[in-house]
Amino acid sequence: MGYLDVYKEDKIAFVYLDQPGSRVNKLTTSAVRVFEEALDELEREDAVRAGVLISAKKDSFVVGADIEEFSRLETKEELKEIIRRGHRLLGRMESLKKPVVAAIHGPAVGGGLELALACRYRLATDHPATKFAFPEVLLGLLPALGGTQRATNLIGVQKALEIIMTGKNVYPAQAKKMGLIDATIHPEGLLDAAKRAAGGLAEGTLKPRHRKPSVRDRVLEDTPLDHLVYDRAQKNAYQRTRGNYPAIPKIIECIRTGQRKGIKAGLEAEMDAFAELLFTPESRAQRHLFFIKNAAEKNPYEGQEKEVGTVGILGAGLMGSGIAQVSAARAGRRVLLKDAELKLAARGRGEVWKDLSKRVGKGINAFERDRIVERIVPVDDYAPLSQTDLVIEAVPEEVGLKREMVRQVEAVGKEDLVIASNTSAIPIREVAAEAKRPERVVGMHYFSPVPRMPLLEVVRKEDTPEWVLATCIEEGLRQGKTVITVNDGPGFYSTRILSFYMNEALLLLEEGATVDGIDKAMMDFGFPVGPLKLLDEVGIDTGVKINEVMRPLFEKRSVQTSDRGEGVVAAGYKGRKSGRGFYLYEGKNKGEVNPEVYEFLGTERRPIPARTIRDRMAMMMVGEAVRCLEEGIISSPQDGDVGAVFGLGFAPFRGGPFWYLDQMGPERAVVKLNNLRAAHGERFAPAGLLEEYATSGRRFYP
Amino acid sequence: MATARTDGSGRSVVLVDGVRTPFMRSGTEYLRTTSYDLARTVLKGIVERTGIKSSDVGYVVMGTVIQNIRTSNVARDAALAAGIPNSVPAHTVTMACISSNQAITSALETIRSGNADAAVAGGVEVMSDTPPQFDKKVRERLFEAQSFKSPLEFRKILQGMSPSDFLPKAPTISEYSTEELMGESADRLAAAFGISREEQDRYALRTHTLAAKATESGRLAEEILPTAVPPDFELLTEDNTIRRDTNIEKLSRLSPAFVRPFGTITAGNSSPLTDGASATLLMEEEAARAAGYRPRARLRDYLYVAQDPGEELLLGPAYATPRILDRNGLTLDDIDVVEIHEAFAGQVLAVLKALESDDFASEKLQRGKRVGDIGMDRVNAWGGSVSLGHPFGATGARLVTTAAHRLEEEDGHFALVTACAAGGLGHAMLIERTGEG
Repeated sequence: MGYLDVYKEDKIAFVYLDQPGSRVNKLTTSAVRVFEEALDELEREDAVRAGVLISAKKDSFVVGADIEEFSRLETKEELKEIIRRGHRLLGRMESLKKPVVAAIHGPAVGGGLELALACRYRLATDHPATKFAFPEVLLGLLPALGGTQRATNLIGVQKALEIIMTGKNVYPAQAKKMGLIDATIHPEGLLDAAKRAAGGLAEGTLKPRHRKPSVRDRVLEDTPLDHLVYDRAQKNAYQRTRGNYPAIPKIIECIRTGQRKGIKAGLEAEMDAFAELLFTPESRAQRHLFFIKNAAEKNPYEGQEKEVGTVGILGAGLMGSGIAQVSAARAGRRVLLKDAELKLAARGRGEVWKDLSKRVGKGINAFERDRIVERIVPVDDYAPLSQTDLVIEAVPEEVGLKREMVRQVEAVGKEDLVIASNTSAIPIREVAAEAKRPERVVGMHYFSPVPRMPLLEVVRKEDTPEWVLATCIEEGLRQGKTVITVNDGPGFYSTRILSFYMNEALLLLEEGATVDGIDKAMMDFGFPVGPLKLLDEVGIDTGVKINEVMRPLFEKRSVQTSDRGEGVVAAGYKGRKSGRGFYLYEGKNKGEVNPEVYEFLGTERRPIPARTIRDRMAMMMVGEAVRCLEEGIISSPQDGDVGAVFGLGFAPFRGGPFWYLDQMGPERAVVKLNNLRAAHGERFAPAGLLEEYATSGRRFYP
Repeated sequence: MATARTDGSGRSVVLVDGVRTPFMRSGTEYLRTTSYDLARTVLKGIVERTGIKSSDVGYVVMGTVIQNIRTSNVARDAALAAGIPNSVPAHTVTMACISSNQAITSALETIRSGNADAAVAGGVEVMSDTPPQFDKKVRERLFEAQSFKSPLEFRKILQGMSPSDFLPKAPTISEYSTEELMGESADRLAAAFGISREEQDRYALRTHTLAAKATESGRLAEEILPTAVPPDFELLTEDNTIRRDTNIEKLSRLSPAFVRPFGTITAGNSSPLTDGASATLLMEEEAARAAGYRPRARLRDYLYVAQDPGEELLLGPAYATPRILDRNGLTLDDIDVVEIHEAFAGQVLAVLKALESDDFASEKLQRGKRVGDIGMDRVNAWGGSVSLGHPFGATGARLVTTAAHRLEEEDGHFALVTACAAGGLGHAMLIERTGEG
């Protein structure tokens, strides 16, 4: 069986895409060859007047080019040759006398969308599985099989810039509206409709749709005023990415070239840009993340998990209701949401309704929202938890409270009940200290806001059986999470490296750095928010509590710590929730730095170079990540990178702490750390493992 | 011979007779009426037609879908107006397009349980009088406005709203849970069963032709109550829904109504929005004979089914039919008359195809082999909802009455009535000729 299966009916060639041995179709170099032959045949055979491209895979059209295949290429020339060949193929299909219809069901993304764009007519199912996107940008690349050209010609510059620069999904109704596709049909009628469309095009009774741009769009896109559009795109993108993502300006450039100089020049520009981008460190890092994230979406203990029907959640605050939401909406569980008072539990359930209401019309409808919310049952008593298979607690961060919770739950719970604590820092062995069955107490550490943050850290202790781990990982995956498994210890992995990083930010403040200076430096480094803004979001009081948990570790390592956070909290500045923290969240200077914070610091502001801030902060975090690997808190650099990027927002274009260290080279990292150590103290001492890698020339990713 | 479930209680229920108003396209002859008007017309009509003493009617049930707030129990208000004594209870039921089937089976149970010996069951729908729909937000505002006193306060109605919020929304026949239009779902169903546009158009032509023939031959006139409604009281005796001038070319030229441009369901092969009412008189068999009636048919058995409204919205008859046949020890071959509700030609054809499919039987019905081939000559021989129209609340009683009439006319023994309804609901009823009508 080949990549393409062709059969003919009524003078129409139905070309089924069916990549052997794969659940989905990817564009590969061998597929290009097969396509060329199919086109030859279509052109040659007089008995055929039109073609239909359709997928034989379930709910999937073509998911794009084979990333692994082109990631193996070593030279720009090899790559350009492949792209040139692709361009020729698609150009030929586009200008073929016999029309080709793309009959799309399931995702048509990246190269799959480009393939469809080179067809004469695009017909797609109106099914939720069908979507269009150019996700190349998320891998530090751009669409190079004519995507920047043909999409722009169909939907206009502004829309094309939007979808190519963000990689966002476009669903069939929107796609039809913007002109990306010609028509929609239900999946049941796709084949018949494609046949009729192909026949109609061949006879001339059916014409592809042509977008009629508004006068405003015509002025903005087809006159010299178009520079307004390009300039605005450039400026907005720069604000978002701070120039860290080279693919972004390249996309703008390719679209502009195509619009001004024609498709031929545009395709050339696309090819050159792609060849350049593929070998940038940014793209390498982003592709690395793509692969390791996919790996973290599988359960390594698959098959050992216990079946979970009902989930109990303790605490109906922001975290508790967020976990209830993903349990009910994504995992489809019945949820008992418990709080001390029924009205608090009912309010927490209400928060789920409110959050889902924002998504009504974007993937779910009001009825589905209601069904999800009805899966959540508010309770104020432990007794009903006897029905649960898994309890996740999200009560305040007090070890006494948590132990009491474990006692109460064990008193009513099933024999094999798994109790997971969503503590962000307290070691699980502390939580389980008084448990009857401590081996069934584990950690499931979520990040706020739970419905939007992808990471889940599952925390195991020495005595955790694999079936318990399997159950928690499976539950996390079903909730739509990217899951890493870490070992127990203060702050586990992500909170631990974050607290070292935060501590450094507070020390810098004490030394005279400004709040916005620190935040800006780290956003330039690639974090989506600066550390102090983040602390405001999390709550400065929460940060102080976490620091208390971390104190033994800081002390053991004689890390100089800042105690200024406590003073700030004592004065009532808790961050966003109290209206003021490091920044102001109310009043006329909303959004600005809170000048009163500096009073607590007792030092004068003095200029500290952004570079120094960046080095101290970043090296502190990545250095601690290596210690976590050394101590076995994380079991692989992959987990460390996934955790830091998807839990903490560590710069994706740097690939995570370990990828970053590899790029820098452990040798250089050790030198840097030793310099920092000499200037700022012992806390920067490089981990033994890093020194070992530096001397032996090893890499985290060999 | 089947074990008659209806006889389990010792009381069997018979159809004495049934009538209906002519069915009219919405916005035509009944534009100026309300459902209460047509309901009282048809209730009075069944009493007169059967000659039952109105004080002998023990219960009244009417089905309806779109309710008028002022006559929300339209069965009661219409019964009172029709002169049925105020001591006779009445209730209104709703079950989408099978509302009057539900009215009939509710009346049947009332009789079977001994709560009445005679009951009138039917239904009504005036789609021309659909109450305007406003957004919930507007309804809240208007409710609050009830307590406003000064003209100044009324300005508050508009605060934070745009004038367009206050435009009434056109009602759509869409499924609440999936938000899918019924026509889209039917288009999908037809495609899933490989029913072509041409087959659907041919079916549409067939139903219009048969309805015209049944009208001309006077067969339908027997069920139709000559009706004159306020304010003009012009006498109406025939349905105005039948397209006598249509042909396959005309039908094939129509654009798809729901799924454009490649859908197959058009206005021509769908049931139209219709106004109309229907009623039946049901009695306990012995009581009917004692009163001197010769009942037309015995209502042997019935059931309701339900499927996923997303996947199989209109496929109810394909589930209901084998179940009612099996439990009565019958096969399709034993059925002489089939009256199936025609929401869309494509839906009827999909149901027939499902019944003929071995795959459907094994995958969906957990049966070894297909249910069987109905044979078109038995199906809707006097027209159906595509040609006669489909007043949601009234169609079920029309199906039952026509089935009984056809049993006599075609000298059959068993009739099957089956219908689909929004919500993924379905119904089937087994009717047996008494041989006396």
